[in-house]
Amino acid sequence: MDIVKLTLTKVPELYLEAENITPDHFAGKTAQQIGELHVHLGNTTAKISDYFTVEGKGGATAADTKIIISGPTDKVKYIGMKMTAGEIEVQGNTDMYTAAWMAGGKIHVKGNVDSFCAIGMTGGEFIVDGNAKNYLAASYRGDWRGMQGGKVIVKGNAGSDTATFMNGGTIDIGGNVDVHLGTHAEGGKIIVRGNAKGRVGGQMVKGDIFVLGQVERMMPTYILKGEEEVELDGKKQMFHVWIGDMGERHGKRKGEIIYGKIYVPSGKAEAAAPAARAERKKKLTDKQLEQVKEAFKGQEPTVQQVRTYIYDTFDIDMKPMQVSRLIDGLKR
Amino acid sequence: MSEYIIKNGKVYDPKTGLKGDVADVCIKDGKIADKVSNKAKVIDAKGKTVMAGAVEVHAHVAGPKVNEGRNYRPEDKLFTYKPTGKNTRMSGGFSIPTTFKTGYEYARMGYTTVMEAAMPPLYARHVHEEIKDTPIIDEGAFPVFGNNWFVFEYLKNNEMDNVCAYISWLLKTTKGYAIKIVNPGGSEAWGWGENCTTVNDPVPYFDITPAEIVKGLLTANEKMGLPHSIHIHSNNLGNPGNYTTTLDTLKIAEGVKPNNKFGREQVLHHTHVQFHSYKGDSWANFESGAKEIADYFNKNKNMTMDLGCVTLDETTTMTADGPFEHHLTSLNHLKWANVDVELETSSGIVPYVYDPNIKVCAIQWAIGLELGLLAKDPMRTFITTDHPNAGPFTRYPRIMKWLMSDKSRQAMLKGFKNSDKVIAATNLASIDRELTLYEIAQMTRAGPAKSLGLYDTFGGLAPGMDADVVVYDLNEDKIKDAEEIEKAFSAADYVFKSGTLVVENGEVINNGNKRTLWVDAKVPMNEQVERDVQMKFLKFYSMNLNNYEVSNHYVPNPYVIEVDSN
Amino acid sequence: MSKTCTDVICPFCGTLCDDLIVTTDDEGKKILNVENACAIGAEKFLHASDHSHRVTRPQKLQEDGSFKEITYDEAIEYTAQMLANAKKPSMYGWSSTNCESQSVGHEIAELCGALVDNTAAVCHGTTLIAVQNVGIPSCTLGEVKNRADRVIFWGCNPAHAHPRHMSRYSIFPRGYFTGKGQKQRKIIVVDPRPTDTASLADVHLQVEQGYDYELLQALRAAVRGNELTGDIIAGVPKEKVYEAAELLKSGRFGVIFFGMGVTQSLGKDHNIDAAIMLTKDLNDYTKFSIIAMRGHYNVTGSGQVLGWQFGFPYSVDLSRGFARYNPGETGTIEVLKRKEIDAMFVLGSDPGAHFPMECVKEISRLPSVAIDPHITPTTAICKVHVPVAFVGVEVGGNCYRMDNVPIEARKVVEPPEGMMTDEEFLKAVLKRVKELKAN
Ligand code: SF4
Ligand SMILES: [Zn+2]
Repeated sequence: MDIVKLTLTKVPELYLEAENITPDHFAGKTAQQIGELHVHLGNTTAKISDYFTVEGKGGATAADTKIIISGPTDKVKYIGMKMTAGEIEVQGNTDMYTAAWMAGGKIHVKGNVDSFCAIGMTGGEFIVDGNAKNYLAASYRGDWRGMQGGKVIVKGNAGSDTATFMNGGTIDIGGNVDVHLGTHAEGGKIIVRGNAKGRVGGQMVKGDIFVLGQVERMMPTYILKGEEEVELDGKKQMFHVWIGDMGERHGKRKGEIIYGKIYVPSGKAEAAAPAARAERKKKLTDKQLEQVKEAFKGQEPTVQQVRTYIYDTFDIDMKPMQVSRLIDGLKR
Repeated sequence: MSEYIIKNGKVYDPKTGLKGDVADVCIKDGKIADKVSNKAKVIDAKGKTVMAGAVEVHAHVAGPKVNEGRNYRPEDKLFTYKPTGKNTRMSGGFSIPTTFKTGYEYARMGYTTVMEAAMPPLYARHVHEEIKDTPIIDEGAFPVFGNNWFVFEYLKNNEMDNVCAYISWLLKTTKGYAIKIVNPGGSEAWGWGENCTTVNDPVPYFDITPAEIVKGLLTANEKMGLPHSIHIHSNNLGNPGNYTTTLDTLKIAEGVKPNNKFGREQVLHHTHVQFHSYKGDSWANFESGAKEIADYFNKNKNMTMDLGCVTLDETTTMTADGPFEHHLTSLNHLKWANVDVELETSSGIVPYVYDPNIKVCAIQWAIGLELGLLAKDPMRTFITTDHPNAGPFTRYPRIMKWLMSDKSRQAMLKGFKNSDKVIAATNLASIDRELTLYEIAQMTRAGPAKSLGLYDTFGGLAPGMDADVVVYDLNEDKIKDAEEIEKAFSAADYVFKSGTLVVENGEVINNGNKRTLWVDAKVPMNEQVERDVQMKFLKFYSMNLNNYEVSNHYVPNPYVIEVDSN
Repeated sequence: MSKTCTDVICPFCGTLCDDLIVTTDDEGKKILNVENACAIGAEKFLHASDHSHRVTRPQKLQEDGSFKEITYDEAIEYTAQMLANAKKPSMYGWSSTNCESQSVGHEIAELCGALVDNTAAVCHGTTLIAVQNVGIPSCTLGEVKNRADRVIFWGCNPAHAHPRHMSRYSIFPRGYFTGKGQKQRKIIVVDPRPTDTASLADVHLQVEQGYDYELLQALRAAVRGNELTGDIIAGVPKEKVYEAAELLKSGRFGVIFFGMGVTQSLGKDHNIDAAIMLTKDLNDYTKFSIIAMRGHYNVTGSGQVLGWQFGFPYSVDLSRGFARYNPGETGTIEVLKRKEIDAMFVLGSDPGAHFPMECVKEISRLPSVAIDPHITPTTAICKVHVPVAFVGVEVGGNCYRMDNVPIEARKVVEPPEGMMTDEEFLKAVLKRVKELKAN
């Protein structure tokens, strides 16, 4: 296997779109040819070599090509998009769409990844040592074909809307996941080793979700079917099995309705229902009010000036209407 | 305006009777001319095919449901985009392309006139806004009449003068072209979640049947002498066994004679007949009824039809047949959009994947082609996909390939996963007819132009006609390789629209000067209809009457067909 | 003497009433009276026609924080230079202008590789996402008036936000099949609070704040006759959920209207997704539709024009010369937060008032232009403010109602002397951008 080493030498001013960084594009190319491939920043086009140093060369085929990327790649999008074979290893963090529409091969990101990674994935392996943000392994907007196959492993936490419209493959999250896990799923297997924030398996037609920690508040449309012994990680364990989503359509097999299933280890109680999700009221304390008054003493500040001051000093984001009422109040 | 002479091409033109004869075509002042001066630019078409610009008789390319289809299918755009060019806007989308792409793609295939098949009157302004933004091609739109409350009430009371006055008013108000009928009565019934699946099912609360609606509008159409015949999508679309409903609908026109000054010889156009030619009584024993329909068609010369060929792609179905789309979403569980329009119509949208490995889809594919091959008169048989319902219009070249090459059809039939079952349920395997280039010109140029009442202007190459001319890199020799047929028809060498060279070597080079066609049928407004219109707007519409009309600036470059109905 | 314009369109909320009667003075300069409009609508007309508080020429922000008057030509030059030189400009707003202007704006955006986004970003964008996931069975407002006997208001309060909605279309009108008006309809309100709209309801489901999704899915299960877990479902007793499901199924024609209470509360697009699926399910039993209560009068139109030109309803990224769409990435709030853009153009909206402070600060850091008839929190933070004529009052143009019905707005009075319209200003910018890009 031939190795191509890419090192990002400067942080891009905006964000860099680098869908050409895949073994498929690099295969059969010299370092110089690879350097000629395009990257995009807004409406401008540059070359890979404008941003990266390139060492080594691509293998004869994608499968024979491994790309090792280092440097501050936090603002690089689309690494490994649509790749079909070979390997990519990223030393740091990457931005959105890493491994998007991935079909084969392996991508290993040692840091964190942003949203929309591994969307529309059909095959291959995507491993993240850190955290992933929202829409991990989800479908692209409007597409009813989400993850079809392959494997996603995130050692840290994952954000909301993970695995939307999942149809196949496996997702394994080491930490916690945010709300809306496996929405509209119609197949596949999800393992969450930490806690799930709620709305697990909403509108799920079919598929398996394991939550080894706690589910913050099970959907009322899931019914506890009973206890079952299931094999996970090579050993048999007892799980409470919930079936649903009772609000959704379901297919039949041999006369029996096939539901989506959520497995929670026996003995783990459901987490206490969280308090009502009221919006935190954004109000200033009397002391803070005094401070604002002091700051603008003898002036005629605009709403935006006061709003900015409050945001900068107290980290409170007030709506202009509120601020204008506050100014009226202060005048009195 | 510049002059052109297209030299030495093989010309296929039913209007002038040229069947591949080598001839020159002259263009002057936007029209076909007898001769041109020696300043004319010369286009060498030696060894190539020359035809008139093609005329699309039925496609869903502009308006509320088309746009809902675009907006609710971002995935239809993924990886399809072509960036902004020197003369072109960026363009994308596969089954529901953007307006720019619609114009460019039609032009590249040599289509220069296109009819939007279903315009809900209340949304007419939207349809025209999109038409305005569709470059190059001339377009018209058919307002839907088959579920309209005015029409119901006048027909029920046998008030033919009032029907005509109302039709004429609505065509003018919406800047419409012809009388479209979609699932007569059924779309109104859908207002209550019901349907009319035979021509005799009464429409709830309106005391009228689909047969009466069709007969009434047919009579009005001929009484008024409109350029196009009624244009109908009959009841019970898409269901096994529906070919009998189709025949029942067609029979309504028996004995009716055309009356118009536009050279139109038929009184009824049945659209996307493929969807209406199904036998069997379930999806399990589903089979082709193409032969039954084609036999009827061959015997009855007062009708035209378009095929609605399935292209075996992932596409988006959309029709003013609301109940059908609801039925479809219950079969494939894909996202369903529906819009019921007050007093006028309904409509629905559902994505659909015509998978060649699914028996039903493969049979549907065969039925469309069977109809095209079993129909004996190409002047009355038009190629469509009911875009985007059975497939996107950009697949027309592929359909032409299948119709022109038995070998390519047989290869498809053999390649299906359920090959034996598909062959058993259809007649296609035993049909070896191969359409000629001349017949293709009839089906895509002369025929549709004639049925639309436009054969003096479009669809032919006689002097004085609009200079819509296409040169394809194709000839009798090349068509032996079926792939060459698809390739050549996909991207013409040259396309002229009204004398302007708009496509060269398959690329759009000029945005032309597109026009909007509409029909001004000068029926005198009568007082009762005026009163009824005012009353209905006051009581039942959600819009004021004075805000209903599409004002002229939405139709900046009109091509008005005037009909003196007296 | 005075002049009267009838059938005037109210360019203020998505109800887009088109039956206003506006009386002006003889010269057509001042509005004297507005009939048929609600208080909000009437006030907007009268306010527009009071020129005393209007800026009539562009102004530019100075170093000392004050604004100085500049000419329209200078404003055009600044705007064109800013957009043509940016690597990734954003062109945001478009909800309070006509479709003709939107169209010109899109052409500029295409030439400059800009992001184009409308106010759906802060209201019904989540609805559009849900529609992309599961579709939307809907109808025009006239259908509601003529047929509906079950009307649900979910997370919206038309009594305040769309004042004439209830009388024109949804609760009170007598239509073809609804001759008895309100008597023939059952009104259901779903809202955590006892709103004015709720006081008109036959049934008020007081959903627990932030648990609409659970309640919607529970209703779907109840419609199917399935079991539910728990006695209280999202704040509503289980029996009440089943009763509500029966009430919905027993109607002949039902409609759900929903607003920002569900589109912007926790769950966002998922709430709407479930509401749409509930509507779809109910079509197996009776007839049901669902309609978004769009706020700005022409936010719907912006989605339409973007749709036919680029294929997406909002948050469209044209930077690479082709159109891409993915809210969460291409939305204006996200790109401001992530510092993905380098210039900001605002027209027909007020992000200064509606965006999070983090974004507002970013706008004030960037080269920026705001086009607005008024001085607003946005114009206060942009480098250049270009005042323009009022669409729907001083200039006409096409608009789309919340049910996507297009209605052409009318001009009723002249704008102040020498003021440009949105469309004129944009056309001038387009011309200049073309020149700049040609070199
Ligand atoms: S309801 Fe809305 S559109 Fe109607 S008058 Fe009031 S503000 Fe204007
Ligand atoms: Zn059609």
